[in-house]
Amino acid sequence: MKVTVRVFASYADTIGADRVTVTVPEPPTVGGVRAAVAALSPALPPRPLIAVNETYATDDVPIAEGDEVAVIPPVAGG
Amino acid sequence: MSRAAIVTDAIAVGAIVDEVRGAGQGAIATFIGTVRNSSGTRTVTGLEYSAYAEMANREMNDILHEALALASGAEIVAVHRVGKLNVGDICVIIAAAHPHRAAAFDACRYTIEEIKKRVPIWKREQYADGSTEWVEACSDAVHNAGATT
Repeated sequence: MKVTVRVFASYADTIGADRVTVTVPEPPTVGGVRAAVAALSPALPPRPLIAVNETYATDDVPIAEGDEVAVIPPVAGG
Repeated sequence: MSRAAIVTDAIAVGAIVDEVRGAGQGAIATFIGTVRNSSGTRTVTGLEYSAYAEMANREMNDILHEALALASGAEIVAVHRVGKLNVGDICVIIAAAHPHRAAAFDACRYTIEEIKKRVPIWKREQYADGSTEWVEACSDAVHNAGATT
C-alpha cells in the first residue's frame, strides 16, 4: 500500500518536503512505514518514531486507508 | 477552567495565573520556561518552535488530564508558544492551583516534564554566527519506547 506520511522539523529538512509517500508491504503496519521512511535517507535514524492519527504507535499497529501517519523527530518543547 | 493550548502570541503570565485562582485554592505553583541566550558553548540569538499542531494539542490535553487525576481538585492551565521567539521570551507556562501546595507543585512538575517528553514540538536555535540548528534534546522514554517496540 502507498502511505503518505507527514514529516516535521529536522526530518522535513532532510527529506526536503513536509509530506512523503512510501510503499509499505501488505498488510500495512507502523513497522512497515518505519522501515520505508528510514530507507529514504541515511541521515534519518534507523527506527524513527511514528504516530498514527495523532497518537504514538508501535510496529504492530495496522495502517488503514485514510489514517493520518506522521514521522516524529525527537521532541524539544518546553 | 483547566485548559491546554498551543499559541503564537506572547504569553501573558498574570492573566494565566488569574485563570487558576479560586477561593478554595490555597496554592498556585507556576513554571515559566524562557529562551536562554546560550546552548552548550554557543551563543543563541533567538529560536523558532514548530509543532505538529493537532497532535501537540491532543497530547497537551492528555497530559493535563493525567495531571488532574494525579492532583485531584487542581486547576491547571498549560500554554506553549510556537513561532519565532527572542532571547528572554516566554516559551511555556504551567500554572497549577490546588488547595494545598504539595499537590500544586506535583501537578505543575508533572505537566512540564511530560510536555518536554511527549508533545511534538521542535526547536530550531539561531546562533550568533548566523547558523541555525534543530535541537534534539529529548532521548526520552517515549521516543525510545516507540523506536524499539
